[in-house]
Amino acid sequence: MPSQDARVQQMIEINEELCKGCDICIDFCPLQVLAISEIINRKGYYPPKVVDEEKCIGCRLCELVCPEFAITICNE
Amino acid sequence: MNDEPIIPGPARPLKPHRLLKFLRQEILPTAFCPGCGCGTVLNSFAQAVEELSIDPKDMVFVTGIGCSSWIPSPYFKGDTLHTTHGRPIAFATGVKIMRPDLKVVVIAGDGDIAGIGGNHLVHAARRNIDITVLMVNNWNYGMTGGQVSPATPFGVPTTTTPYDNPEHPLEAAELVAAAGANYVSRWTTYHVFPLMESIQKALEIEGFSFIEILSQCPVSYGKMVDMRRASDFLKFYRDQSVRVHKAKEMSAEELEGKIVVGKLVERQRSEFVTSLRRINERFREG
Repeated sequence: MPSQDARVQQMIEINEELCKGCDICIDFCPLQVLAISEIINRKGYYPPKVVDEEKCIGCRLCELVCPEFAITICNE
Repeated sequence: MNDEPIIPGPARPLKPHRLLKFLRQEILPTAFCPGCGCGTVLNSFAQAVEELSIDPKDMVFVTGIGCSSWIPSPYFKGDTLHTTHGRPIAFATGVKIMRPDLKVVVIAGDGDIAGIGGNHLVHAARRNIDITVLMVNNWNYGMTGGQVSPATPFGVPTTTTPYDNPEHPLEAAELVAAAGANYVSRWTTYHVFPLMESIQKALEIEGFSFIEILSQCPVSYGKMVDMRRASDFLKFYRDQSVRVHKAKEMSAEELEGKIVVGKLVERQRSEFVTSLRRINERFREG
């Protein structure tokens, strides 16, 4: 198991304009990295926001479960 | 943060999603309802194509009518054949016989494949023709407003059965396994990683491969069963699903209402197009 320091910092990119606010990523993130944001996008949905990026381990569940290709993990 | 919701200005430059190269980006966001599982299936499929490094130019997508038929057509950047209701497997059979070098993929819904085109499904599985069929099962005819489909569970209200569904659902995966397909599995949109691996396996294997994907419909189906959030469906799939090897040890009463997920069948029967070509060649020489 890698130590906390050895972990690669993950970068979560959320495309707010593609999001339709279904909240699957928020409900199913195993480490509760995401939460509903206060802003609305052009279509009137509340996209997710990153609340604790340090906790993200890059499991890519949010990326694969998102129906709208609105969220991706970049770790380089 | 302001208390008042605000509309954001121009978005900051984002790193592009690595799967967007497979999609027609100019028509995004998709036409699916918020929380629809069809997008998740598209996502898992694009991921599987990426992992196998298949060129989408070597693939043909055949779809029918319905929400799930919109998954490859128009969003996936490949050749698509959007056919009449219930007939995608019949069209796909023709495409595969004439162009066996292409990977033929059928993505359509439960009403399309199991309902209207049920006979095509059974006989394509019996012939064991080398096509990949993804049946996106959302338990109703979602596009037309949530009518009862052959896959709707027993005792569930829908638009056309407002006093509960009196019919038992068709277990399409078990039917195809019995009909003789080379690869059959069932997954849900909750099991995205195994689903993605299963799609890879289905694309690689020679012969008829079939994946039944249970996918949430929070709008048309959810309004009748009071599950209006996509997460309600995913939690239901998580709690009610049983793996195949565990289901074998359970009784019929215990399995009532459960979703058996996993690989049902994998075998090596001879494939239809190969056999057909061999016969053709034999008689040409003779």
